Amino acid sequence: MSLLEIKDLHAGFEGTEIVKGVSLTINAGEVHAVMGPNGSGKSTLSKVLAGHPSYEVTQGSIIYKGKDLLELDPEQRALAGIFMGFQYPVEIPGVNNAEFLRLAYNAQLVSKGEEELDPLDFDELLDEKMKLVGMDPKYKDRFLNDGFSGGEKKKNEILQMAVLNPSLAVLDETDSGLDIDALKVVSEGVNKWINKDNALILITHYQRLLNYIQPDFVHVFGQGKILKSGDKNLALELEKQGYDWVVTETAN
Amino acid sequence: MTDPVKSPSVEEVLEDKGQYKYGFTTDIESDTLAKGLNEDVIRFISKKKNEPEFMLDFRLKAYRKWLTMEEPKWPNVHYPPIDFQDISYYSAPKPKKVLESIDEVDPELLRTFEKLGIPLDEQKKLANVAVDAVFDSVSVATTHKKKLMEVGIIFCPISEALVEYPELIEEYLGTVVPVGDNYYSALNSAVFTDGSFVYIPPDTISPMELSTYFRINTEETGQFERTLIICAENSYVSYLEGCTAPQFDTNQLHAAVVELVTMENAEIKYSTVQNWYSGDPETGKGGIYNFVTKRGKCLGDNSKISWTQVETGSAITWKYPSCILLGDNTQGEFYSVALTNGLMQADTGTKMIHIGKNTRSSIISKGISADRSSNSYRGQVKIGPNASNARNYTQCDSMLVGDKCSAHTFPYIETANSSVQLEHEASTSKISEDQLFYFESRGISRENAIQAVINGFCKEVFKQLPMEFAVEAQKLLALKLEDSVG
Repeated sequence: MSLLEIKDLHAGFEGTEIVKGVSLTINAGEVHAVMGPNGSGKSTLSKVLAGHPSYEVTQGSIIYKGKDLLELDPEQRALAGIFMGFQYPVEIPGVNNAEFLRLAYNAQLVSKGEEELDPLDFDELLDEKMKLVGMDPKYKDRFLNDGFSGGEKKKNEILQMAVLNPSLAVLDETDSGLDIDALKVVSEGVNKWINKDNALILITHYQRLLNYIQPDFVHVFGQGKILKSGDKNLALELEKQGYDWVVTETAN
Repeated sequence: MTDPVKSPSVEEVLEDKGQYKYGFTTDIESDTLAKGLNEDVIRFISKKKNEPEFMLDFRLKAYRKWLTMEEPKWPNVHYPPIDFQDISYYSAPKPKKVLESIDEVDPELLRTFEKLGIPLDEQKKLANVAVDAVFDSVSVATTHKKKLMEVGIIFCPISEALVEYPELIEEYLGTVVPVGDNYYSALNSAVFTDGSFVYIPPDTISPMELSTYFRINTEETGQFERTLIICAENSYVSYLEGCTAPQFDTNQLHAAVVELVTMENAEIKYSTVQNWYSGDPETGKGGIYNFVTKRGKCLGDNSKISWTQVETGSAITWKYPSCILLGDNTQGEFYSVALTNGLMQADTGTKMIHIGKNTRSSIISKGISADRSSNSYRGQVKIGPNASNARNYTQCDSMLVGDKCSAHTFPYIETANSSVQLEHEASTSKISEDQLFYFESRGISRENAIQAVINGFCKEVFKQLPMEFAVEAQKLLALKLEDSVG
């Protein structure tokens, strides 16, 4: 059974259809890169997967671990092991970063019928994960994303992923806003997380990220559809020739 | 527990007055005076309470003053005119029944009490909180009195204090909030029926938190309680107040007066969690009009008064717990969380009156407005000519939930001294759908998300509350906002 099976998905925002018939199958142990110009439907796909209430699915189906994903609300999706790394993580002043992570971690434990972790034990786990993604421990006691730089916000998303250890992670332009050193550290963190039982969807504009996280598949989005799929060489080709090349090729 | 004051029954008073033309409703459950207000009603209340002569004079003076006054029109709240003759000014549950133990208190009352996090039942006495429960207009139970008495602390219904310690009452009542201070305090001074009295003798740290729990129960009864707390030299007390009322379609008036006095080096910490019925959230029908005057006077040098309030109920709130910083080096604090939802209206804040030298005050106000409610902060910082080196810090934050509510800030600053230092900070923020989605996408329920955001917003105020109170206040806010977000 595939981990995720998207069939003929049509979805949009405020009545405008943005994703216009996407089918995609993802198995455990796979890394999929989704590339494509702005407005091609990449981010809409990620929002739909996470269950953002402003996005509407008008046609098609998404089966996750054998269940109809569209029947689940965002909270249930997260508890079922889907993680969304946001392109623009929101700032939440007043809410402590470590407390937020512990809330999320414990919500998972509770949904599995396990005991919650107390703050001290969680703190140990958090320290370890922060090391993994190269984050300064001072961010534990900061308010969630509040006043973080773009790069810090992205690192914080990866930290959350490392703590929550999802089955399927969707990282929406996690590389944008990261300088080259941060990109390396974050990629290392992601690579350490990847194993045969989980899967990753990387949404990105740039081939650069794929030097650090090797995709098994690359999909090029355009006009709300997958125009072309291939292996990592497709990303290199894109880097050389630009998106227009795929668009022209597909049109022909 | 000591015996409550013996008071004449309704029938006795009726007979005594002979010609008294305003009837009573007496039934098994409660003893309610017919609606209406005049000097006879006031004489009745005073007589019923066996009050000393000076008290009746005080009441009549206040009543005559009240007749000349007008309801304040300046608050940013709107409501139809109140018919003060359509209110009953006295209601007591089960006349003269002496409660032997707290177990005899209505279990529903106890449950509501528990919900507020105020331990009242016997097994919870270990929680080290002494409680005075005021039901409608009468104090029904006071716990821990004996233990407090051992260290010389008086904690009892004010009606009892009027009989047993009249000289203390006569000396201090009305010295912080004069009878003619404002329309509602004048009314309260004329008709108040009960409330709490606390006296902390010199060099005494109260061994426990003192607490009063107020409940309005009878429809069309006004609640006018009066609280007086005197904290003598080098003493300290922390006092908690909780309020609830059942749901009625009619509006009920709650016009309380609280007076605090601190002597040299004394400190009073006064905390309130107010959850009166706020009316129907859709139609605005019913709910409490919470028109309260709370004021503390730092009489002695180096004394301190700290107000913490979590206001989550009432159809209309009009309330400005204030500090008169009279002694040198005195300190006033105001920490407030005011939540409005449905069609609630709140106009609340504080007054810090700096008179003595080196006086300091801080104001932390957190307003949360949701649905179609209106939430106003109104605060006055006044520095007198002799208050050299006075300092004030004011922080005023508003949070909006949804786009149909409103938040207003009315700061007034007056200074007659040039050596003062005043700071004012203000901010407005919003709980957004995107924030909640962020939580949910991490598997955190909406309810927990709202609670986390609100707790974060109110943190500085909540940390001023005693532990159990803070936990309950957090839950209360989250509960109230659950349906308002998104």
